[in-house]
Amino acid sequence: MAKTTTSPVRTGLVHLALITYTLIALFPVFLTVINSFKDRASIFRDPLGLPTPSVFSLVGYETVLKQGDFILYFQNSFIVTAVSIFFVLLFGAMAAFALSEYRFRGNTLMGLYLALGIMIPIRLGTVAILQGMVAAGLVNTLTALILVYTAQGLPLAVFILTEFMQTVSDDLKNAGRIDGLSEYSIFFRLVLPLIRPAMATVAVFTMIPIWNDLWFPLILAPSDATKTITLGSQVFIGQFVTNWNAVLAALTLAIVPVLVLYLIFSRQLIRGITAGAVK
Amino acid sequence: MSTVEQASADRGNDKRPWRWYILVFLTPALLVYTAVMILPLIETLRLSLFNVKDGQSVFVGLDNFAVLFGDPRWAASFWNALKNNFIFFFIHMVVQNPIGVALAALLSVPKLRFGAFYRTALFLPTLLSFVIVGFIWKLILSPIWGVSPFLLDLIGLKSLFSPWLGKPGSALIAVSLISVWQYVGIPMMLIYAAMLNIPDEVLEAAECDGVTGWSQFWKIKLPLILPSIGIISILTFVGNFNAFDLVYTVQGALAGPDGATDILGTLLYRTFFGFQLQIGDKSMGATIATVMFLIILSGVCLYLFAIQRRMRRYQF
Repeated sequence: MAKTTTSPVRTGLVHLALITYTLIALFPVFLTVINSFKDRASIFRDPLGLPTPSVFSLVGYETVLKQGDFILYFQNSFIVTAVSIFFVLLFGAMAAFALSEYRFRGNTLMGLYLALGIMIPIRLGTVAILQGMVAAGLVNTLTALILVYTAQGLPLAVFILTEFMQTVSDDLKNAGRIDGLSEYSIFFRLVLPLIRPAMATVAVFTMIPIWNDLWFPLILAPSDATKTITLGSQVFIGQFVTNWNAVLAALTLAIVPVLVLYLIFSRQLIRGITAGAVK
Repeated sequence: MSTVEQASADRGNDKRPWRWYILVFLTPALLVYTAVMILPLIETLRLSLFNVKDGQSVFVGLDNFAVLFGDPRWAASFWNALKNNFIFFFIHMVVQNPIGVALAALLSVPKLRFGAFYRTALFLPTLLSFVIVGFIWKLILSPIWGVSPFLLDLIGLKSLFSPWLGKPGSALIAVSLISVWQYVGIPMMLIYAAMLNIPDEVLEAAECDGVTGWSQFWKIKLPLILPSIGIISILTFVGNFNAFDLVYTVQGALAGPDGATDILGTLLYRTFFGFQLQIGDKSMGATIATVMFLIILSGVCLYLFAIQRRMRRYQF
């Protein structure tokens, strides 16, 4: 790259701008976390102060753990997200393999049909989805959520995975065929291991909207036994609006899993979004 | 059949006349997608043409739409929600996307230190759920908790503070800006990716010709990232006209104060499920969903046929 652009003043201004926006992005989260560890009086007296030993308090967390079924909600969210991702990846990869590997009549049409769902949100079908779930007796079950999220995740998964499948070498697959492998073994034993990085990217993309969704848990599974963590914290915070310790503690508990996962997967996620850019 | 055989011959396995495995590979995805997404979508569109009369579902043509657009009980809240939704979208377009482009331009400065740290930190809000984002900002903007007045005081603007979320005049802007805060990471990342894609030779050639700094951004980089700006615009459009969660968390299902933050998503929720004294109405719910579908569809079509085709793509 040319050296003309790197004057120290310019670099300083770039960092200043980025640091300012980073503060704007992180400050609310930071504020919530530090205040969740303070007693009620100092939350109001000194919102920006760190939780020093004299004001340290876990009373909010005690309320949350006593009153809310957070472990159950967390478990529900985990089951729904994990099972949906599993099906999105399995079914998505199978369909992507069929679309990229074989030429058959209606191939392009099938691809377009599956791609429709990328732009049209599944939420618009809610009226009929609820009707169907009632008819099938699936209301207030995690199965209903898993079905909806699998359908929601498939279009993008098929789209991304198809692009990746096309890069798997034909020679490898043909060598497998000559060795007498069935098409199923070629898919499961040769192709799937090769597209693992793409699968991880799709998994992260699929996970975020499922974990954070409020609409479908609210409509399809609002019962106490099936609440997800997002809906659970929404309801809990709504009930405890005036108990600031409890609200801040509940928010912190809701942030932590996302934060941990993000720190583990951020590289994968950012690489996924900027895929193809870094040559 | 000949094309199928031709294809199998190409692949070197001409023994199988009918390739069952293609069906096996495709069926699970097609089944779930069609049954849970496409059919309910079609059924919702169909339901918008029916209404319940004397306990029976009757075909009423476009009557539901006439009621939604013109009946005094419905029209006011519908047009209000539609107007608010356009303002919501407009604020995203003029605030979120320019900030996203600016941040991406800063991040793609060559040899930037701590780039990975900035990217990770700036993208964090996008991952938080609406519930977290909504409540955090509700607390921060709350006049009970003195955080916002205190911060404004630091820069000498304390007099500007008011309970923005509670005032009809400013509530929609405040909610939109919260949403912008949350989602600015997406345009930032997509534009950042597009900027990394610009070959070094192009930029070097520009510098040889004396085009640097600002004019380089406006004359060289911006035209090259226009297709990505098109994509984020349509993503913003679809996301905004489908939004619900943030308004629901911050302002509740009634989208107060006095419907000032009501958008199509919250209107659909209240109409379909009912809220407080209002009884849920399936037909009108389907009608609103259909209107949302048509708005989103026309936006996507406009993008695909009018904007994307005219956009010049540069091949390197």
